[in-house]
Amino acid sequence: METPVEAKVRAMARTRSTAVMFATLLLFWLMLIGNLTLDALIVGVLASLVIAVLYPNGISFFTELRATPEAFVAGLRYYGYFFKELVKSNLRLTAIVLSPSLPIRPGIVKVRTRLRSRMGRLMLANSITLTPGTLTVEMDSEWLYVHWTNVESDDIEAATGAIVAGFERYLEVIYG
Amino acid sequence: MADVLVYLAATLAGVAFVLALIRFILGPSSADRIIAFDSLTIISITGIVLVALAEGRGIYLDVALVYALLSFLGVIVVARYIERGF
Amino acid sequence: MSSLLAVVGGILLVGGTAFLLFGAIGLVRMPDAYNRLQAGTKTTTLGTLLSLAGVACLHPEWALKLLLIGIFLLFTNPLSSQVLARAAHRIGVKKAPQTVVDRLEEDLAEKDLGARP
Repeated sequence: METPVEAKVRAMARTRSTAVMFATLLLFWLMLIGNLTLDALIVGVLASLVIAVLYPNGISFFTELRATPEAFVAGLRYYGYFFKELVKSNLRLTAIVLSPSLPIRPGIVKVRTRLRSRMGRLMLANSITLTPGTLTVEMDSEWLYVHWTNVESDDIEAATGAIVAGFERYLEVIYG
Repeated sequence: MADVLVYLAATLAGVAFVLALIRFILGPSSADRIIAFDSLTIISITGIVLVALAEGRGIYLDVALVYALLSFLGVIVVARYIERGF
Repeated sequence: MSSLLAVVGGILLVGGTAFLLFGAIGLVRMPDAYNRLQAGTKTTTLGTLLSLAGVACLHPEWALKLLLIGIFLLFTNPLSSQVLARAAHRIGVKKAPQTVVDRLEEDLAEKDLGARP
């Protein structure tokens, strides 16, 4: 049996998750419509409300987000770092693809993450996929299996340092 | 000047589409074909946006958006299918 | 002013589609499914984002909708590649002969031995 306090905490978490889902869906709808007339707003609010109530376990950008100034700054720096890495990964891949000898040394390595939240882990896996030479293949709670076009080290600690640490630094502050 | 660049971009996207199509035809495994299909759909999204630009019709952007949505779902469904074979 | 923006947009477009082309070349040249997936994912993501940015420069009134397509692609593209990579590994798609290590296969083999008494 759960105590009344636990039940209250769980109900609050559920309400928060539904509210977050509703806000995300409404924002997406308004961007899609591109204007703010009354009837568009009414339809959007109704549709978002129905979906948010039907799917309380849904996941969105703002799920488990920490609404603090530090998280905001970390978010901006995260996107800066992310786009730098994305451009770097494309240039490196282009160099590999265009060189006649195709210099690759592929393999699947295992890394571990300190992140606990679902959204944090999702963002980490996505970021890994878009950065130089790495692609998330499988996730098993805190362990990630990553395909690497140029294996530098198959040691867990060293690979974690090379692949995960850069993003984890920011995501830890944003999502925890 | 900008027109020439747009035509050049359309040509590059077209060549990319043909190359991805070659991989789609060659295979050899079903996984290779879906990977090529995934790339093909994303190249097509650029293609649709370029068509919207050439025709000057914003409605095509909605087509691109819905296409992106459906191709994502399609790839997920096919991946689940080859994984479990149900 | 507006013609400068148009030229910048055109250059972004050509850069983006050039990345698409390199990705497609990688798709054809890479030796196994996982490396093809790597070539296919990264370049198409950046290539499409750059192309969308280029079109947004040429047609500023479309910027919001193009941004929406860009955000959507940025999140769904890596996700679909991950699902594909997992499916390929689970059905046992062959890896290239250059492959040096596969921790996932080792761990799965270990789990199988542990499950069987």
